[in-house]
Amino acid sequence: MEIPYTTETRPDTGLYNAKLGVWLFLASEVMLFGSLFSSYILLRTGAPSWPHGRDLGLSVPLATINTMVLIGSSVTMVLAWASLKLKEFNKYRLYMGLTILAGFAFMGIKAYEYATKFEHGHFPKTNTFFAIYFTLTGLHGLHVLGGMIINGYFWGPGAKMWKTDPERFTNRIEVGGLYWHFVDLVWIFLFPTLYLL
Amino acid sequence: MSAHDDPESIRKEVKIYITVFLGLAVLTVLTVGVSYFHMPVALAILVALVIATFKSSLVAAVFMHLRAERKLIYWVLVLTVIFFIVLMAIPSISQWDQRMIR
Repeated sequence: MEIPYTTETRPDTGLYNAKLGVWLFLASEVMLFGSLFSSYILLRTGAPSWPHGRDLGLSVPLATINTMVLIGSSVTMVLAWASLKLKEFNKYRLYMGLTILAGFAFMGIKAYEYATKFEHGHFPKTNTFFAIYFTLTGLHGLHVLGGMIINGYFWGPGAKMWKTDPERFTNRIEVGGLYWHFVDLVWIFLFPTLYLL
Repeated sequence: MSAHDDPESIRKEVKIYITVFLGLAVLTVLTVGVSYFHMPVALAILVALVIATFKSSLVAAVFMHLRAERKLIYWVLVLTVIFFIVLMAIPSISQWDQRMIR
């Protein structure tokens, strides 16, 4: 049996199923990250004093570069989708490849940051700030990793679908992109919250 | 988006994506820059949140195609926003509680 509404729009929703599905998933993700942001507010307002991330050795320049890397990867992701819309598969491969490389760059910088923290003896157990810092950035990092795996699949073996069902494949890249942009969006809030304020 | 699938409008979209990317980069530099001004904490939080909200709205509207999306998605998001606001309000609700105990 075929999966219904992979390309044609479902009459009652006006959408192909995957798009509504991914948006509902993202709604649940908003609540997941939201609960942790809410915890951050509770911890911060409940603490007698709260440090600036940069005073504890968090690197603002590295985090700024990482912000640019993620924003850049969002653009390449949406350009990958647009290339498929224009039926330019080679460009798709290029842009999707760049998106995955940007994921590696982000995780590499993040890993370096973590390593520096550990070298200085800063662990989640060290204090409340580092507890919420590692929880939030750790969960976000797992999301980046998940996105890289999915994008890697669509760059490699999953791209075979372009030959058999190009429209469905284009939709897959669109909803994969929705997830990737969401991960970027979370970082846009994490960056000032943990590094600048 | 199906109404705008012709190559011409996709090429226009691509130009918008590049412009938005440049806008996001500038706003990132801005948010880092103002954080060195040593503003009062409340003001610094307000400015950072305003910039972050603006940036994320750009990402959602343009990259996630919310500019032209079906109504059902908007309703899902309206519900999400309502629950998100409740979630953010929980810490202050807990403080009312403490005041009442005192």
